[in-house]
Amino acid sequence: MLVFVARRISLAILVIAGVIVVTFVVAHVVPGDPAATWAGPHATAAQITQARRFLGLNRPLPVQLVSYLGGIAAGNLGTSIHTHRPVLSDIATAAPATLELVITALLLAITFGVPLGLASARRPGRPADQVIRAGSILAASMPVFWMALILQLIFSQRLHVLPAAGQYSPGLLFTHPLLKRTGSPVIDALIAGNWPMLGSSLTHLILPVVVVAAFPAGLIARLVRAQVLDTIGDMHILNARALGFGERQIFSRFAMKQAWIPVSAEVALLFGYSLVNTFLVESTFDWPGLGSYAAASTTTLDTPAILGVTLFVAIAYVLANLAVDIVQAAIDPRIRLR
Amino acid sequence: MIESPLAPSRAAVPRGQVLRRGLLANPLLLVGGGLVLLIAIVAIFAPLLAPLPGDAGTATHPFTVLQPPSAAHLFGADQVGRDILSRVIYGTRVSPVIAAVVLVIACAIGVPLGVVAGYLGGWLDELIMRVTDVFLAFPPLLLALALAAVLPASLTSVTIAIAAAWWPWYTRLIRGQAASVAGRPHVEACQVLGVSRFRIIFRHILPNSITPLLVQVPLDVGGVILTASALSFLGLGAQDPVPDWGLMTAEGQSYFTPDWWLVVFPGLAILLTAFAFNLLGDGLRDLLDPRRSFT
Repeated sequence: MLVFVARRISLAILVIAGVIVVTFVVAHVVPGDPAATWAGPHATAAQITQARRFLGLNRPLPVQLVSYLGGIAAGNLGTSIHTHRPVLSDIATAAPATLELVITALLLAITFGVPLGLASARRPGRPADQVIRAGSILAASMPVFWMALILQLIFSQRLHVLPAAGQYSPGLLFTHPLLKRTGSPVIDALIAGNWPMLGSSLTHLILPVVVVAAFPAGLIARLVRAQVLDTIGDMHILNARALGFGERQIFSRFAMKQAWIPVSAEVALLFGYSLVNTFLVESTFDWPGLGSYAAASTTTLDTPAILGVTLFVAIAYVLANLAVDIVQAAIDPRIRLR
Repeated sequence: MIESPLAPSRAAVPRGQVLRRGLLANPLLLVGGGLVLLIAIVAIFAPLLAPLPGDAGTATHPFTVLQPPSAAHLFGADQVGRDILSRVIYGTRVSPVIAAVVLVIACAIGVPLGVVAGYLGGWLDELIMRVTDVFLAFPPLLLALALAAVLPASLTSVTIAIAAAWWPWYTRLIRGQAASVAGRPHVEACQVLGVSRFRIIFRHILPNSITPLLVQVPLDVGGVILTASALSFLGLGAQDPVPDWGLMTAEGQSYFTPDWWLVVFPGLAILLTAFAFNLLGDGLRDLLDPRRSFT
C-alpha cells in the first residue's frame, strides 16, 4: 500500500510539473502584449517598456520559466494585470465560494444520480429506463451558461420564488452581521447560529447548484446503470437472490456496492469539470468565486490571472484524482496491483 | 487465425439483422439520427429556409429592434433588429462545422501518436504517454479556455484551442488498441517476413486500431459543440456578425429581461444540436459495442 501511495504521489507531482510547463508555454504564445494591458490604454511607449521590465517580460524565455517555477514553489503566481494584486491572494479570496458551490452540486448530483441510475437498471429498455437515459443525455447536452439564464428568468424574474444573484441578501448584513471564518456563508452562518443568514444563503445557493449539478447527475446515473447491469448477473448477486433478498436490496445493496468504485472515480473527474463549468455560471449569478474571476480575467486579457486560475483548477483536479485513487486502493486491494 | 481488415463479410446477413433489430430496440438512436439529419438539411439549405438570409450578417433594421416573436419574426428580432430565426438557421453552419474540423484535427494528431506509442513501445511510448497524461490533467474546457484566452478572439482560435485539448483522449484510446493489435499473430508474421515497419503500421496496425473511433467520435461531437459555444459565450470565439449561437446568447444576456427571445432561441439551438449528436453517439455505442448493450 505504501509503495502504491508513493508511486501515485510521485506520478502526480510529475503531472503537476508538466501542467505548470504547459500553462507557461500557453502564456508565451500570446500574440497580445500583457505589458501594454498592464500599463493601461493611454500609456506611452516608454511606459510600456518600463512595464515590460517591471513584469520581467523582457528576459529570455528559459529565465522566465525558471523564475515562474521558483515563484510557484514559493506560492507566488504573479501579479494580476487587472487587479494589480497577487494572483494567489485573489484566488484564495474567490476559492471558498466556488468550492461551496461545486461540492454542494456534486453531493446533489450523487443524491439524485445514484437512485436514478438504479431505477434505470431495474428494467432496462422499458419506458422508465428510456426516459431516465434520455434525461441524462439531455443533461449532458445542456449549455450550462444558457441553463443558468433560463432558470434565473423563470424562477426569479417571472415566478419570484428564488433570488436571482449573490450569496445572500446583502440587507441582512445590517440586522444579522456575518462573521467571516471559512468564506462559505452557509457554513459561517451555521457555525454562528445565524439562522436568517443561513436561510438566505441556502436559497441563494439553489439555482447555481442545480445548474452545476445537472451534468454530473446525468453522468452518474448513466454510469450507475451501466455498472449495475454489468454485475447483475454475477454469482454473488445470484447468491443473494437465492438467499431471498428483495429486488430493492439486491440492487441498492449488492449490485451498487461494486459500482461505488467507478462512481467515486467519476466524481473526481466531475469535480474538475464542474470547477470549469463555474466559469460559465458564476458571473450570471453574481457568485463571487473563481468562475467570476476567471471570466473577468479572460475579458481583460489578464494572462497571469487566467494562468493562475488554470493552474489552480488543474492542480485541484490532479489532487482530487489522487485522493480518490488512494482511497480506492485502501478499500479494494486489487487496485494496488495495477 | 489471421485477421484482415478486408475479411470477406461472412457475417453480413446476421449482422444486418442485428443492426435492424438494434435500431428498432433503440428509439433514442432513431430520434438522434433523425435530428442530426434535420440539422444537416437545415445547414445545407439555410439560404432557402432563412426568411431573411441577409440578417445572418451585418444587416441592421432600426425599426424592428428587440421586436418580440410575431408572424413576421417567429423568433423575434435582436438588438439591431435582425431576424433571430434566420440567424439561428445560419448557426447550423457554424458550431457543427467547427466540431467537425476540431475532431478531424484531434484525430490527425492523436491517432498517429497513439499508433506509434502502442506499436513501437519503449521510450517513445513512455514519452508520448507522459505528455498525454499532462494534457489529460486539464479538464478539456479548461485548457481550451486558457489557450483561447491568450489567442486573438476568433473561430480559428477556438478551433485550435479545442483541438489542442482534445487530441490526448484519442492518443490514449488508440494506443491501447494498437498495443493489443501489435501482439497479434498476423503482425508478428509480417515482422518475420521482413515487412517494413512503415508498411506494418499503415496496412495492419492503423486499420485495426481505429474502430473505437467509430464510437468515440460521434459521442464527442456534442461535447465539442458545447465547448465551442461556451468559448464564444465568454467572448473568446466568434465575433459579431457571425451567427454563432454561443455569441448570440452572450449578446442577448444584457437584454434578456424582459426580451427573453434573444437568449432562449439560440440556446435552444445549442441544446438541441448537442442533444441530437449525443443521442446518436450513445445509440451507436450501444449498437456497435455489444458488451454495452443490455437490451
